[in-house]
Amino acid sequence: MTKTQNTIVAAAVAAIGAWVCYLSYTQEPAQAFLFPRVISTAFVILAALALAQTALGREQAVEGVTMREASRFLPGLVVLFIYVFWAANTLGFYTATAACCFVMLSLYDPAPHDQVMTWLRRALITAGFVAVMYGLFAEVLKVYTPREIFF
Amino acid sequence: MEFLQYFGGVFEPLSFALLLVGTVGGLILGATPGLSPTMAVALLIPFTFHLEPEQGLILLGAAYTSTVAGGAVSAILLKIPGAPANIATTLDGHTMAKQGKGARALQLSFLASGVGGVLGVLLLIFLTPVLAQWALVFGPSHLFWLAILGVTIIGTLDTGSVVKGLLSGCIGLWLSTIGFDDILGAERFVFHSALGGGINIIAALIGLFAIPQVISMLARGRRTDDIEVIAVEKSSIFDAARELFGNLRAMSLGTTVGVIVGLIPGIGGQIAGLVAYDQAKKFSDTPEKFGKGHPEGVIAAESANNAMVGPSLVPLLTLSIPGSPTAAVLLGGLLIHGIFPGTDLFENHPKVAWTFINSMLIGQVLMVVFGLWVAGFAARVAQVPKFVMAAIILGLAVFGAYSVQNSMGDVYVMAALGVAMYFLERYGFSAAPLVLGLILGPIAEANFAQGALIAKATDGIVPYFFTGGLNIILIALVLLSIGFSVVMELRSRRMAQQRSAAA
Repeated sequence: MTKTQNTIVAAAVAAIGAWVCYLSYTQEPAQAFLFPRVISTAFVILAALALAQTALGREQAVEGVTMREASRFLPGLVVLFIYVFWAANTLGFYTATAACCFVMLSLYDPAPHDQVMTWLRRALITAGFVAVMYGLFAEVLKVYTPREIFF
Repeated sequence: MEFLQYFGGVFEPLSFALLLVGTVGGLILGATPGLSPTMAVALLIPFTFHLEPEQGLILLGAAYTSTVAGGAVSAILLKIPGAPANIATTLDGHTMAKQGKGARALQLSFLASGVGGVLGVLLLIFLTPVLAQWALVFGPSHLFWLAILGVTIIGTLDTGSVVKGLLSGCIGLWLSTIGFDDILGAERFVFHSALGGGINIIAALIGLFAIPQVISMLARGRRTDDIEVIAVEKSSIFDAARELFGNLRAMSLGTTVGVIVGLIPGIGGQIAGLVAYDQAKKFSDTPEKFGKGHPEGVIAAESANNAMVGPSLVPLLTLSIPGSPTAAVLLGGLLIHGIFPGTDLFENHPKVAWTFINSMLIGQVLMVVFGLWVAGFAARVAQVPKFVMAAIILGLAVFGAYSVQNSMGDVYVMAALGVAMYFLERYGFSAAPLVLGLILGPIAEANFAQGALIAKATDGIVPYFFTGGLNIILIALVLLSIGFSVVMELRSRRMAQQRSAAA
């Protein structure tokens, strides 16, 4: 399983290398792609070498991502993607940050969910964090973040 | 002695305040396991945009120095090294703490860090201008090879697999070409509007160093660590200073090892600490006490990992080759202010260069003073649960990436690169060479293009890039770094096979 995973990753990197190499040698103007051609040639050779080493078992396969780990970080990763690619630019930066922080804490806090104090603590951490972020970025650094639907 | 003229800059109110904030903040961040110095510095870069270049660098430099020293707090009091550089400190430091000598271990650790750090920065002060002058003889072909050398050194030394390390460097170099070509304005590899302006280095740095840490923390699931903080008794700092100077051999060995390791690009504090610990044990009159709470172990390890900080900046400030991943992030911090290391830095921006370097000297003293003061508090911060840290780092990463150019595109790039890097790291790839490729890519390409133009007007590309003494030396160094790492990898593989056969 570990070797298969390693081979799949090496193959994916090799495929990206081949695609970059193809683009470098086919796009115009050629002058603008001179450096990318040199780089992508090295990229594709090294990627092929890495794939061969992995597939032939010449390299110690690293453990990679176990199913157990994946099942643990997947909910958080989904929250991260929703936060970055949708919520921040739709709900507003601070609302999205507060929601993401609260959901993240609720998902990963081992404290029992049926106690009011647990939820209160999570809400307080979220509020404190968003307040600090607002102070730092909006007040000190004067960064104008997307406000959108909420704030 | 040019540096003496710029000492006043460090004591300007805002600069000194930033030095204090960077030192104290760095000590606390460094003591927090899971927050690497590189990530701490990367997350701080957005806060330097509105500052003068030297002030921004003071903040980053102070954080770099003190995160390395701060890692000793959790190594001693929690038995968890704050950073890989503090692994060797755990061996004797935590045992001392368990024996009721935690305060003494902390004092020795910060004093040794301070002494090692000051000597390292002094080397930086005296060696850098000489090497920067030497860099004047470098033409486009040499600068191209230097950039490639930077990527190959880190690519081959920082990873377990030479091929994957170099491949990571290549990926970084390719990522640096995304966007519009500087000379012809042609669009290259722009698959999404967010990539139109190319990949912003700061957003990429934040993503590559912060997001994998966030995912690693989440991969621990819903559990907290029962970390016991060992209480520390009061102890006389003067007795600690006497003990430190009574162990001059361990301190000088640690400092020497740290300085040498720091000067070699790509090796890093972890190696410095462990090699110094090993050497101190070999040369000690009481080697049997090592690992059982021997002060010499703490002194050697901590003087080494801080002594390497200054010298690791020598290749960065003179030749644009960062000596460590954190130095690579500092290079990003320089470039966003339009400042290039080398002669440009020392001739056109001496105030920036010397105020920054001087601040690192003062920072070492502040680190000793505040290190002892905030150690207890830092150990408490280190107990913040990982899921809280993950949420905080994610928020900081998103805000930091956005604030670079007020662009959501940078946030997308940051998140995409960070998630991809997590998976790549888990399969043997490394962020450091990728970052080096990304940072040095534009330098390599600009000099490659310039060299190609000169070559066209003279003898042609092959003679221009592959002949001449300096070119040959640099190419030989590139090949040597690869060859050495291949030999080391083959040897370690053979040893692993022998071990498994014996088992």
